[in-house]
Amino acid sequence: MEKTWNNKAWFMVLPVLLLVAFSAVVPLMTVVNYSVQDTFGNNQFFWAGTDWFDEILHSERFHAALGRNLVFSFIILAIEVPLGIIIALNMPRKGWGVPVCLVLMALPLLIPWNVVGTIWQVFGRVDIGLLGRTLANLGINYNYVQNPMHAWFTVIIMDIWHWTSLVVLLCYAGLVSIPDAFYQAAKIDGASRWAVFRYIQLPKMNRVLLIAVLLRFMDSFMIYTEPFVVTGGGPGNSTTFLSIDLVKMAVGQFDLGPAAAMSIIYFLIILLLSWVFYTVMTNYDAER
Amino acid sequence: MSVQQDTLARTSGRPEAEQHRIDKALARKMRKRGDESKFWWLIPTLYIIFLMLPIYWLINMSFKTNQEILGAFSLWPQNPTLHNYAVIFTDPSWYKGYINSIIYVVMNTAISVLVALPAAYAFSRYRFLGDKHLFFWLLTNRMAPPAVFALPFFQLYSAFGLIDTHIAVALAHCLFNVPLAVWILEGFMSGVPKEIDETAYIDGYSFPRFFVKIFVPLIASGIGVAAFFCFMFSWVELLIARTLTTTAAKPIAAIMTRTVSASGMDWGVLAAAGVLTIIPGAIVIYFVRNYIAKGFALGRV
Repeated sequence: MEKTWNNKAWFMVLPVLLLVAFSAVVPLMTVVNYSVQDTFGNNQFFWAGTDWFDEILHSERFHAALGRNLVFSFIILAIEVPLGIIIALNMPRKGWGVPVCLVLMALPLLIPWNVVGTIWQVFGRVDIGLLGRTLANLGINYNYVQNPMHAWFTVIIMDIWHWTSLVVLLCYAGLVSIPDAFYQAAKIDGASRWAVFRYIQLPKMNRVLLIAVLLRFMDSFMIYTEPFVVTGGGPGNSTTFLSIDLVKMAVGQFDLGPAAAMSIIYFLIILLLSWVFYTVMTNYDAER
Repeated sequence: MSVQQDTLARTSGRPEAEQHRIDKALARKMRKRGDESKFWWLIPTLYIIFLMLPIYWLINMSFKTNQEILGAFSLWPQNPTLHNYAVIFTDPSWYKGYINSIIYVVMNTAISVLVALPAAYAFSRYRFLGDKHLFFWLLTNRMAPPAVFALPFFQLYSAFGLIDTHIAVALAHCLFNVPLAVWILEGFMSGVPKEIDETAYIDGYSFPRFFVKIFVPLIASGIGVAAFFCFMFSWVELLIARTLTTTAAKPIAAIMTRTVSASGMDWGVLAAAGVLTIIPGAIVIYFVRNYIAKGFALGRV
């Protein structure tokens, strides 16, 4: 759409600007403040320069949490994206099946995150949970509280349960926008199922898939509540992702300096990812 | 692409009856080839079963007594009881949690949508100094990890004496909900042709009158979707809500974590509380089913 240049539009944006500045810029400045200062209590602060950043960037604890988070994000992407595509391709396009599928599939997306955690905490327990009991009956010594592998399995399957529907719904939205004529043309040409997918459906899903991947990556990169409820970051530190580690450091140990430095590094990573997201979106909007 | 266009050209322009006959023949051929498998429904069905099982288990547990939950293993309640729900609805420390959650969620939704409406209009209709930077900056707030903000929020709202009030949580959730509302509404508003605005001005409408009388009804569904997503994201968020409240405004999600009593975990009540938090989403989901993808993708599908 052709937009007219009008700087008075600033007045319309002003309320948003003030509100978000209050709830984003002010807290962020506090974080910046802490990240360059040290304290011995009594509200006395000393200039610490970039010491905290040095410490965090060289700390094994941060590397480990970052590594775990990246591994987690890649695993869930590798499972959720193909699974989401397959399900979206097989969803009904018309009739009563459409609302049924949409409503039931979207349900996990709307459950409070700590309830998602609670559901899986209960579901995986060997004494009272369906999953835990079934696995135990199959002869698997399943215990997500003590075994790191089992904890990872539980957290990953929980995330698949929680978020695959997002990929499904986005892909489905891309698929239904393909006009019937495309499929008819493919039929006349005798295109195989694979060719239809590769040359008609996949190109149409390109953009929604990119959105889905980026959203899933970012949200899994700041996951906190669900694994915290299920495993509390344990056993040991095996499921301590970045956010969990950060909250432990800031609220649990009250190490404000390192926590603030870590917050800023964390935020910069997110900023970079957001920029990728934004570029993808605006490039497409420009094409449209 | 050119192949498809060729075939399109070949099939179009014929009489409708003949076209219809060709379509039918093709459909028959496709079925024979097995391209339209009879078992397409199997995958969505299995997936839905996978999604429903844990939820069913929670509902199942909420109708059992603690003895039954910890005792014999059964796939459905042997002696269904409403006791767990009765506990929640008669104990103020439980049901107050729901009231608290609803109060701050509704406040947040109202604030977010109201401030986002004019801003989204500005972004969808005008170019102005720094508009792209601003739009991007809003996005970064939607993407910001709440963990980064938990502690600074606590200090900021302590300084204003707002800790443990509903408005504190409502304002804090604006951090990600205002950007969300702006992006979603901008997506919907860009779908409304600009000629409508221009015609209204020519007809002598002032801007506020045009906006309320003509524009808002046109994007009513967009406002509904934005409100729904603000409601949802504020409802599901726990970390910030828990940090900013102690007792008077504590959300239900935080109260749920204290079901450990002297006799061990109170699983039944925990399950019942969980089921009750799912209900708001389950009620409205039918009305927004066609917009869920759009909302999650920030209005960009």
